This record gives sequence, C-alpha cells and structure tokens, in this order.
Amino acid sequence: MLEEKDLILEAKHVTRRFPVSGGRELTACNDVSLKFYRGRTLGLIGESGCGKSTFMRFLVRLDVPTEGEILFHGKDLTRLKGEELRRTRQHIQMVFQDPGGSFNPKMKIRDIICEPLLNFGRIKPSEKDAVARKYLEAVELPGEFAGRYPHNMSGGQRQRIAIARAVALEPELIVMDEATCALDVSVQKTIIELVCRLQREKQIAIGFIAHDLGLIQSFAHQIAVMYLGSIVEVLPGKAVEQARHPYTRALLDAVFDTKMDFTKKIESIDSEIPSPLDAPPGCPFQTRCGRCTDVCRRERPALEPIGAGHEVACHLLKEALV
Amino acid sequence: MLELKNVTICYKDRPTVKQFHMALKQGEIASLVGESGSGKTTVIRAVLGLLAGGGKITEGDILFEGKSLLKNTPDQWRKLRGSDISMIFQDSGAMLNPTRKIGRVFVEYIRTHEDIPKRDAWNKGVAMLERMRLPSGETIMNSYPFQLSGGMRQRVGIAMAMTFQPKLLLADEPTSALDVTTQAQIVRQMMELREEYGTSIILVTHNLGVAAYMSDFIAVMKNGEISDSGTREYILNESRSGYTQTLLDAVPSLGGARYA
Repeated sequence: MLEEKDLILEAKHVTRRFPVSGGRELTACNDVSLKFYRGRTLGLIGESGCGKSTFMRFLVRLDVPTEGEILFHGKDLTRLKGEELRRTRQHIQMVFQDPGGSFNPKMKIRDIICEPLLNFGRIKPSEKDAVARKYLEAVELPGEFAGRYPHNMSGGQRQRIAIARAVALEPELIVMDEATCALDVSVQKTIIELVCRLQREKQIAIGFIAHDLGLIQSFAHQIAVMYLGSIVEVLPGKAVEQARHPYTRALLDAVFDTKMDFTKKIESIDSEIPSPLDAPPGCPFQTRCGRCTDVCRRERPALEPIGAGHEVACHLLKEALV
Repeated sequence: MLELKNVTICYKDRPTVKQFHMALKQGEIASLVGESGSGKTTVIRAVLGLLAGGGKITEGDILFEGKSLLKNTPDQWRKLRGSDISMIFQDSGAMLNPTRKIGRVFVEYIRTHEDIPKRDAWNKGVAMLERMRLPSGETIMNSYPFQLSGGMRQRVGIAMAMTFQPKLLLADEPTSALDVTTQAQIVRQMMELREEYGTSIILVTHNLGVAAYMSDFIAVMKNGEISDSGTREYILNESRSGYTQTLLDAVPSLGGARYA
C-alpha cells in the first residue's frame, strides 16, 4: 500500500525546544518521525498544544527544528538556504485554519491565486485572468469570482480559494492546518470531498491536522496520534477501531456521532493535559492513563510495530505481547 | 415550563427568526442545530431578553412558567437572570473580567442574588467549582482567567451558571471551542446537571453528534425558520426533510462514509 518509491518527504527524529523564561525549555515536538507518500493523506491528530502545528510548520520551513532532519526527496529541508530554498518551497504548500486571515484583504481573488505562479515565473501577467478562472473552476467556484475580494465570500468559499492557491503551483505536498474546523459540518463535507478529488487527480500528498478523529478517519490513509509532543500511535485510516494506545481509545470514546449508542456512559478522561513545560519523564500519557505502572513513570516507550502500518508506543502492550 | 409561541425577531426591520415555536418541560433537553447564521443564538438570547444591537421581538410571546417574559421590567429581569434562568457562552473566558480574579467575580455574582457575607459566598463558590470536578477550588478562585485552560474556564462558566440551581440553562455552543476529550467531559457534566437538579437545557450547537447524544428534542433551523423538528429518534431515523438528511450525512462517523 505505502511503497518506498512513493516516499516524498520523511521527517527523522525531529525535536523542537523553545526557550522559556527562567532558563527552562519547552519541548513542543519530541523525536517525531513521520513519512509522507505520493497521493496519500497523513492525518495528524491531537489536542491543542500537543505540537501538531509546530511539526507541520517545519515541512513548509516556517520554522526549523532544534534537532533532526526533514528529507524532501533526500534533501534536508532544514539546511536549505537562499535560492535553493525558494525553489523548493513551490513543491510544498500550505492551507491555514482561518481562511479570512491568510489573504491580503486588499487583493482580488485573481491576484491571490496567481501570485505564487507569478513569483516563480510560471505565467505572464497577461494570462492572469484565464489562469485564475481555470483554478476557480477546479475548486468548483464560478469564474466570475476572480474579480471579487475575500470579504465578499463565505468561509467555505474562502477556504476553496486557499486550496486553489495551494494547488496552483502543482505541489507534491500540501499541509492543511485544521482547514475545515472553522466551517459548518455540511460545508466541511464538501471541502473534504474536493480535497480528496484533487488528491486523486494530481496525486498530491496531504498532511492534515485535525482534532476530530471521526473526521480524519473518513479520508486519511495513515493517522498519527500526537500527545504532548510525542507520536503515541500510527495506524491505518481504515482501522481506527483497532487502535491500541489508551489515549487513542480515549479519543475514540470522545467522538459523538449520530449513529452511536445514546445510552452509552461517557468514559472521558477527567484530568487536563499537563503543560508541556513540566512534561513528566517516562510515558507522556502517564498522568491521565488509568493503567499506569512503574515502568511508565520511568521509561519513555518507543514506537513498536504491532501490525501492518500500525505502530504503538505503550509499555502495557509490550508486556501483553511477551 | 418554557414556551416560545410563534416568535418573530427582527434586527432593524429584517426578520432574523420567523415564527419560532417550541415548548419545553421540566428536565427536558432540547437542541437547536443548524448552520451559522440560521438564527439559533438569536432564539436563546431572546429568551433571556439579551438581544444584541437593537433586536426586537415583533410577534409572538415567550412564556416562562406561565408568565410572559416580554413585559418584564429591568428589575424583574435582574431577579430572573442568573438565578432561575442562566446561560453558558461559547467562550466563558470572554465572559469573565480579565483583570479580576475568578474569586472576586464569583463572589460578586453570588452576592448580587443572595444576601450573604463575603466569606460564605466564597465558600459557596469553592464548593460549586469542586462540584464541577475542578481540582482545588481555592486555587482557581485565586487565579485570573488567562491562567486557566479553555476547558477549565468553561467549567468555571458552568459552575457559575449552576450556583443557584436554575430551572432553565441556556447553552450557546458550550463545547465548540474545546478539544474532543474536554468536550466529552463538559457533555457529561451537563447530563449530570439534569439528573441531579432536573434542570431543563436548551442547547445551541452545530455539532449534530453532541445534539443527538444529549437531547430529547431537536429542532433543525435554516434561515431563521424551523425546517424540521421532533424527538431525537424522529430526526435521526424517520425525518423525510432533505435538509436534515444533508446535515446528518455530513457528520463524520466512525465506520461511516470514506472518501479515500
């Protein structure tokens, strides 16, 4: 299913620490390794503050990790500089959470969509109108929108424009940071359908950040679950029900959908996610795990494969396997 | 207990909510679902007499325990709000004064509605916070809103709203800004409120999953009108309304439709 020849980007042991006052350090990403494949979606899921956006920002080089490397077709993105970096940027594009905030309000849609193409000299200014129309139609919006401003459009329409701008350069990888969470469910569905269609047509790899496991499992090929800066489980999108890590199970229990059993008691974890400033040594999930043991408090579990495309970092499972 | 009779609400001269009808008994939970701008929030703000920006009820009547709310004097409103009817907002952080500690706000709120010494009000606040499963109420009373996480602030909001055991709780998107695990905690807490106090709840949400889990009745709103309403079972299984179906189909569910 996921073949090495389709590997586009690989993050290897990426760690990011931010200095904080008092000489302390905040570890936002702790030894994260993930792979992105052509035409596949990797869903990165976790609660606010767990480091998922920090990680995705490395891929578009909005930030650089403290340690580790990010290999894009074998080239380390973290070491690129100047013109080479600029040329590489066209292959990796991003769609932000708030489509209102990611456009210049004084630019017309035509200019917004064509700006990256002009930057890289792919089109001449005289071709702008035709090109903008082409991409507007690709995202199922009428061509006349080219002359509008962002504020004349609804949230869903703006998110489509953001997607049009991202695909205009024909990138190999698009990073979407909670691209649908500001939208209504019905609009969210149409955006997801659009993204999946574009992915099939252009074989784009997608990195999608979300906090809704129900949403992400409906279209991701791989799902990585992040907790307090660490990846705790990676599993195929088709097999979320087989999740083994206690945190992923808790996320599964927290999904409300219309086909669930309404008499079910909510077994939510009570406590709050600890601050990443005083992340405990050992397993990151120990403070909220109901089955925490001595080993969990001492040693940080590593990701271990337990099935096809399925890795879990949990001491309890290792003991169960032995 | 609460009855909205063919209520029409206008901002300036444009009707935002048209002919809204709903009746709620003690201990029942009703949800208003629909897309942004469909008038959900306007309806519950009208119940509390808090329409923003010159909104007016031009037709119909709102009855709370048999009495019309529309003719209330400011004094009567003050008695009602926060004691018999209270509200939880989407972001309770924005409701709290950022420059004052939770405790001061809480004590002031309690003493507005009940004539008790500061010390007793403080203890009552601590007890309420702990009842909402917030660890160490004293610490929270001594914190500023920005020192708490979103989920904790939301629980502070619920604790305040529940202090006087209101008969009716209006919840405006209480979980939309929260993470999924925190959302589950808040949902559970609201369900417990009904069990413990028999509180009726009107929940405004765009999350159909949460609405389905919590409510006895669901009203689907579109463009200011009720496009479909009924018991949960009816809405989920029997409704023939095309719009309801579209909304239901759009909810991502485990083991449901896959696009890739």
